[in-house]
Amino acid sequence: MKQRTLVVVAAGLSQPSSTRLLADQLSAAAVTAAAERGIELHVTTIELRDLAHDITNHLLTGFPPGALKQALDAVAGADAVIAVSPIFTASYSGLFKSFFDVVDKDALVDKPVLIAATAGTARHSLALEHALRPLFAYLRAVVVPTSVFAATDDWGADSAEGFLQSRITRAAAELATEVDRREAATVTDPFALTVSFEDLLK
Amino acid sequence: MQFGIFSVSDVTTDPTTGRTPTEHERIKDIVTIAKHAEEVGLDVFALGEHHNEPFFSSSPTTTLAYIAAQTDKLLLSTATTLITTNDPVKIAEDFAMLQHLSSGRVDLMMGRGNTGPVYPWFGKDIRAGIPLAIENYALLHKLWREHVVDWQGKFRTPLQSFTSTPRPLDEIPPFVWHGSIRSPEIAEQAAFYGDGFFANHIFWPASHTQRMIELYRQRFAHYGHGDPDQAIVGLGGQVFMRKNSQDAVKEFRPYFDNAPVYGHGPSMEDFTRETPLTVGSPQQVIDRTLGFRDYVGDYQRQLFLMDHAGLPLKTVLEQLDILGDEVVPVLRKEFAALKPAHVPDAPTHASLLAAKTAKEKVSA
Repeated sequence: MKQRTLVVVAAGLSQPSSTRLLADQLSAAAVTAAAERGIELHVTTIELRDLAHDITNHLLTGFPPGALKQALDAVAGADAVIAVSPIFTASYSGLFKSFFDVVDKDALVDKPVLIAATAGTARHSLALEHALRPLFAYLRAVVVPTSVFAATDDWGADSAEGFLQSRITRAAAELATEVDRREAATVTDPFALTVSFEDLLK
Repeated sequence: MQFGIFSVSDVTTDPTTGRTPTEHERIKDIVTIAKHAEEVGLDVFALGEHHNEPFFSSSPTTTLAYIAAQTDKLLLSTATTLITTNDPVKIAEDFAMLQHLSSGRVDLMMGRGNTGPVYPWFGKDIRAGIPLAIENYALLHKLWREHVVDWQGKFRTPLQSFTSTPRPLDEIPPFVWHGSIRSPEIAEQAAFYGDGFFANHIFWPASHTQRMIELYRQRFAHYGHGDPDQAIVGLGGQVFMRKNSQDAVKEFRPYFDNAPVYGHGPSMEDFTRETPLTVGSPQQVIDRTLGFRDYVGDYQRQLFLMDHAGLPLKTVLEQLDILGDEVVPVLRKEFAALKPAHVPDAPTHASLLAAKTAKEKVSA
């Protein structure tokens, strides 16, 4: 089996959080969908709550403290990303945005990304399309067509048969297909020079 | 090995008293601090260049010349000289002048500056930051080495039959360091010319500094200036000391918490762990500083940031006393004992003159 990595970024604040619950369902579905395509997906889940102070410190000092550095390296090196935010005040949460503000601007280029969100009611569902999708389009990620939104009501339905579950399965399949058609991700060394000094002098 | 201090020249409110020194006070204080650096036995005083508040140091050569006149041994340097927005012709002339006035006690550190708006103030474009640093330095390098220069580039008017005056003292250009926090191109530039490379070190994790120095050393060897461990490396450092380390922590915390750059961000404990900042006893500073060698190799210059974040003059002078009396003598001895013979010291005017004289004797 091909070996690939999936990084799940969950921006839920409460513990336990419905955002994390959705993230876990998406990553389990992605592992299954990938296995059907002969890919073993290794999953790393990043809870942004644990990194909230580090993210603020990075914004203020310009460098990531140890744990955040590991998270950023994991995202940069991932073959696919699942990004899940709660919807706050008509958009992704500030913490979610702050994390992607400190991700290197080229780290997500051509990387398959599945976007998902949670909120109290379904009225917030289009925030995925007007906020998260443009954010990842800007970062030149390949966002799969199906985004997954879960409101409180969705958790009441039987998750094995509900509308939410069918979207999760479809989105996970789209993500697995994108992973399948790509070579494993490579990370550019920031210390590797791409031009010779003689050329710079010209 | 050379030890000294570098100042960013900030005018900052003392968070413990709410008092902000005037520019005049800080300018007079910096002269006192530099003179005291010599008194306590330090080798180098380096001053930053800024053209915006809350910094006072817009004219480093003026300040350094005034200090030179009141000191005998102290080596005067910059941290940094803006190679992007200064005209290289003026840098060539100003620092050659300072070289003569100070009888060769001058070197300088090139940098690109820390603020975007400075570029248009001097008619430059920040998007050309790196190309400016490269072209301007290429011209400066030539002006100090060739008597009559014909030159054409992208960023300033061409020169025809131009001689920058005065000529460098004894026809020996001041030694140049290239300072950078994060740009591999600048490490490459330092390596290309066989100049020194100074890693700011104090604002970023050690792992980052390690990679930059590694790159510089490899490229220094690539360009044929010697083995990687013969490259000329300088490091920044940031310390606050009291005899009892808990006293140091207690006294420095309000300054840390409110400091420009990192204030209101990470805790002092976090920042101490992630960067070379050391707040504690002189022995802790000695141990931490000796540890720098473990990840950058044998290096030639260690500068400490001492006067910043609103620390009062009296405190800064006390810190210099501790540095000069208790820390640097131990560091000198320990670093010297560890350094292999084939690793050179940082070039000075005296060492460059001796090398030049020896070379001329051989060829004569």
